[in-house]
Amino acid sequence: MQKLNESVIVLTDITKAYGTEDVVTQVLHGVSLTINKGEFVAITGPSGSGKSTLLHIIGLLDVATSGTYLLHDKDVTKLTEDQQARVRNKEIGFVFQSFNLLQRANLMENVTLPAVYAGTPPKVRDTKAVELLTTVGLEDHLYKRPNQLSGGQQQRVAIARALMNDPVIILADEPTGNLDSKSGKDVMEVLKFLNKQGKTVVIITHDHHIAKEAERIITIKDGRIV
Amino acid sequence: MKLSELLRLSLNALRVNKMRSILTMLGVIIGVFAVILLVSLGSGLQRYITDQISGLGSNLIFVIPGKVGGARTPGGQQTNKLLINDAKNLENKLRAIADVGPVIQKSAVVKYKNKSDKGVSILGTTGNYPDIIKSTDLEKGSFFTQAQGRSGARVAVIGQTVFTNLFQNRSPIGEKISVGGGRYTVIGVVKARGSTFGIDQDNTILIPIASAQRQFGVNNVNTIYLSAKKPELVQLVKQQANSVLLKRLTEDDFTLQTQEQTLSTITNIVSVLTVALGGIAAISLVVGGIGVMNIMLVSVTERTKEIGLRKALGARRKDILSQFLLEAIMLCLAGGIIGIMLGLGASYIMSIFFISEVTPWSVFLAFGFSVAVGVIFGITPAIRASRLSPIEALRYE
Repeated sequence: MQKLNESVIVLTDITKAYGTEDVVTQVLHGVSLTINKGEFVAITGPSGSGKSTLLHIIGLLDVATSGTYLLHDKDVTKLTEDQQARVRNKEIGFVFQSFNLLQRANLMENVTLPAVYAGTPPKVRDTKAVELLTTVGLEDHLYKRPNQLSGGQQQRVAIARALMNDPVIILADEPTGNLDSKSGKDVMEVLKFLNKQGKTVVIITHDHHIAKEAERIITIKDGRIV
Repeated sequence: MKLSELLRLSLNALRVNKMRSILTMLGVIIGVFAVILLVSLGSGLQRYITDQISGLGSNLIFVIPGKVGGARTPGGQQTNKLLINDAKNLENKLRAIADVGPVIQKSAVVKYKNKSDKGVSILGTTGNYPDIIKSTDLEKGSFFTQAQGRSGARVAVIGQTVFTNLFQNRSPIGEKISVGGGRYTVIGVVKARGSTFGIDQDNTILIPIASAQRQFGVNNVNTIYLSAKKPELVQLVKQQANSVLLKRLTEDDFTLQTQEQTLSTITNIVSVLTVALGGIAAISLVVGGIGVMNIMLVSVTERTKEIGLRKALGARRKDILSQFLLEAIMLCLAGGIIGIMLGLGASYIMSIFFISEVTPWSVFLAFGFSVAVGVIFGITPAIRASRLSPIEALRYE
């Protein structure tokens, strides 16, 4: 946290509209936002407010209709599809509400997947995966399948996967949404731990107790920051 | 991405989805198997018939009564105007270039002691018959001589079926049998010839033509075989025989046919059959192809979410496409190879009990088609899914 004012994510006047010419749904109406390195930010708002869309745009899973997005001072909206894939692979770790693990693959295979696409040699990535799964307390389940684990454990697998390529940013979309409060707390503890290690963490939640854990809360309503 | 990584990824995907992989392969296996087997049966049949006919002797020309495809009497039967004398004329004129073997064919009851055999085909012919019809080999005894043939000796050469039915394992040589009431002495047994077009070639008795003439009171012959002394004489024999016969008969009274003509007539019939079998094979190929197509479309579509996840984790479009292409290729190759092995195996088994001959083109066609279908329909939905933005693919249900 030594360089608090080094900005990692700079969004300027981001809009997002869905639909065809006839029926246009405007989800984001010009959102501008700066997130600094090492921050722990919670984005909250009622459902349909556009907070998920905003996170997807930050994570390069979706494309903004207009506006600019600087990630590490680079305009990522101008990147080609393959370059964007590389950014998703190397610089961003994404954690989903519904975990999105490959149910038919074991934990090791799930966690190493980002490293496979990064071209990391098998031995290196396997060592790293064991290390990460140990960090999240799942060292006894390396070759189990996700459906043999509880929801909280699965979300921790997803976090381990997000960390595989040492990204600087962790984006979590309602990471506790499908979990009971105990597991939710565990997951938040892991995220806070990562933040202490210097990762920039952005989470989406509509739970005020969860949001209170963050350093900064951004509230979105009807596609605008309030 | 390295090929080894891709291979690992694809193999992994196939391994963790065993059921889907097996179903896809099954479509390919059935298509390839059915085509190879059916085409093998068709071409085996063709080969079998060709062999049967050429087994009769390739220098052979048939003279049969009536015009093939010609006018018929109101009774529906053409009157047989071909006489024993015509055969004698032919023999006199063509002696230098061909053997002439007239045949009178009748059906009669054959008796030996208390045993009898009905519906035996009685062939009255000349002593040179074994030289003309190549598949006539004697197992025991001897054939009657030309002189015996002409004089009408009361001797008979019996086929295998007659031999088994009347004599079981006793030696028939020298025994007296009754053929349609007349008594004959058995002097020889013909080796088994099998059946041609379902007609038992062994349920026959050969007797001298003069004896048959007397016994059945006929002057007509059913066939005159002409065997050219050399293959290049076949056309000459045919022309000369034609002019000899035309001296007494009209063109409508007889048909001259060379072995080659017979062969081509029958080959025409068989190729229609082969086309029909090929049609059935093509249908199984299309059905197999549709099976592969369905499984591929469904399995890739249900993996849209997985594609979205992989993209979210940093897979490029190229990585996704390579993985799915490789999966489809591996599935179809494995299925194709299993199908080929099963098809070849089944063809081999069929060739023991029936007839079957593997044709290489059917193997290539079946294999190529199945693999093409599998790859095209495996890759098309993957292309579509890889074009979606990661979040759209992830939301896909």
